[in-house]
Amino acid sequence: MELALQYLLSGITKGSIYAVVAIGFNLIYSATGIINFAQGEFVMLGGMVACTLAQFVPLPVAIAGSVILVALLGCALELTLFRRLRRHSILHLVIITIGLSIVIQEAALHLWDEKVRSLPYFTGDQVSSVQFFGAAISPQVLWVLGTVAVVVAGLHVFLKYTLAGRGMRACSSNPDAAMLVGINLANMRTLSFGLSAALGALAGCVISPITMTHYEMGGPLAIKGFAAAIVGGLGNPMAAVLGGLLVGVLEAASVSRLPAAYSDVVSFAILLLVLFIRPHGLLGSPGGESVREH
Amino acid sequence: MFGLVAVAAQLLMRAAGMEYCLTQLTMSVYYAIVVMGLCLLMGYAGQVSLGHGAFFALGGYTMAVLTTHALIPDPNAAWAGWLRQARILAARPDLYGNQVLTVSPWAAFIAALVLTSVVACLIGYPALRLRGHYLAMATLAFGLIVSKLLLGSSYTGAADGINGVPEWQLVPGLVITGKKVNRVENYYIACGLALLTLWLLRNLVHSRVGRALQAIHDRESAANAMGINTALYKLKVFVLSALLAAVAGACFTHYTGGIGPSEAGALKSVRYVALAAAGGMANLWSVTVVSIALNYCSLRGMFGTYDNAVFGILLIIIISLTPQGPLKPLRAWLGQWLSRRQKKAQQRQRAA
Repeated sequence: MELALQYLLSGITKGSIYAVVAIGFNLIYSATGIINFAQGEFVMLGGMVACTLAQFVPLPVAIAGSVILVALLGCALELTLFRRLRRHSILHLVIITIGLSIVIQEAALHLWDEKVRSLPYFTGDQVSSVQFFGAAISPQVLWVLGTVAVVVAGLHVFLKYTLAGRGMRACSSNPDAAMLVGINLANMRTLSFGLSAALGALAGCVISPITMTHYEMGGPLAIKGFAAAIVGGLGNPMAAVLGGLLVGVLEAASVSRLPAAYSDVVSFAILLLVLFIRPHGLLGSPGGESVREH
Repeated sequence: MFGLVAVAAQLLMRAAGMEYCLTQLTMSVYYAIVVMGLCLLMGYAGQVSLGHGAFFALGGYTMAVLTTHALIPDPNAAWAGWLRQARILAARPDLYGNQVLTVSPWAAFIAALVLTSVVACLIGYPALRLRGHYLAMATLAFGLIVSKLLLGSSYTGAADGINGVPEWQLVPGLVITGKKVNRVENYYIACGLALLTLWLLRNLVHSRVGRALQAIHDRESAANAMGINTALYKLKVFVLSALLAAVAGACFTHYTGGIGPSEAGALKSVRYVALAAAGGMANLWSVTVVSIALNYCSLRGMFGTYDNAVFGILLIIIISLTPQGPLKPLRAWLGQWLSRRQKKAQQRQRAA
């Protein structure tokens, strides 16, 4: 029982990071229709920049600085690339994000190096743990879960109650109508890139003490995050949370039963089944998206 | 045209004393065949597949397993003798010098094709009902499952893959092998296969089937309403392009003498899709040229440690500047340049 709880908790921890990546996918998707495969690189960059900054300034400042820097990078990418390529098809833009993810990864390799690095634990250290119904968890796990919860709640409030957030939702549900009522579509797209880059960077910082930061970590995260976003249903950031937790828990559960080499096999097989039964994800709605595909 | 270019490339390299480059060129031609199949699927039928690396590996691994593992428990049984006479089984020395009975390459090749088409049907039937990004995810998940299975099982050599795949005698006198003396011949085998694929796909695209695929690409519901069995067409094209990937994988395995699990990885699949997109998707020629050129640069290691970075940057540049593939604008530019030269020459004549 304790063991199962332990696995469940580790699954939820990983899943919450996937959820943040999936939310990033969703924000950009609903504003632009693009699936941004460089999303995982934002997480990696967040961790890397924060690790470097933490050598000079206190930890909270380093994290804030890294989030801001990566968000600026996200905005810059949109301004320099995607804003100019509006006439390209969505598939071309998706391939460009794949190219970007390769370039960012290589840039990180040459800017930093291939070493694994990590931020210090926010409170306590590697050995300190908190007892939770018989399962031992690191305080950093609580930090991760807390941060993700705050992010999700904050995003919900932002999308629901602020003017900018409502504008963003309007853009995703009907771009032409949004433009008619005076919403600056292009700026909303930039905002969505910046916001999801910032979210990714924050996730990269809080997860860094547990999973370490490495220049190659972005690719697998992007794949898992994409899976989470798809299983939840594209275009709905809150469904992404469900998808992320599902992917994380499945992964942890299969690790507990099978040799580690096969862990992904089970989780992806179940994801395939989910897709075959519900072709638009668990909470996604059919239709509406066919307009965006081409 | 393609044949001429291929021959010219070979003669040029012989003249420059750089025949060793043909090895990488042969490998990139095999990779290009995968991309051609993907071009048909993505560019003409409009269905994305992020799982073609898995089909490539499926072909390669089936060949490698059947031609290296001793599958027959009792090599002296009467039925084994018959199969041997029918050239389905072949004896060859294993690592320790003992004679073992393995499946002969041609039989293994047929087995690989059958296996690939069965798997492609099983995956394609439910997956092709999905649209857009959901289809991409499903094929990606399939590719990941295959690559993890290959990586995890000791039967397929786990992380080392399978080595020591024997040569494959296509017909007496034509052998697919990595030996140095057969380099030129193998280069032409690969080019011939690519040419055959190109010819086949061109004919397919310009036929009734090709027009049906175009209709599916443009608007699936409209195609359906026109009486096109969209589900069947999509499945057929998916299986065909999977088969092309498997053929390329099988030849590639015999050429390099082995295959590793990285061939099935998500990175490879994504790379194929990226190459197809960089070539302009619905443009067989340009897709072939771009994928041979880019793969060749990577395989030669021209840019050293910056190889991936250069690939990424080239990808971004090609797609953002020429979304229809780089050949079309190049041809237009060449035509303009030629006509301008002609005009100038005429003016000069008139002046004189």
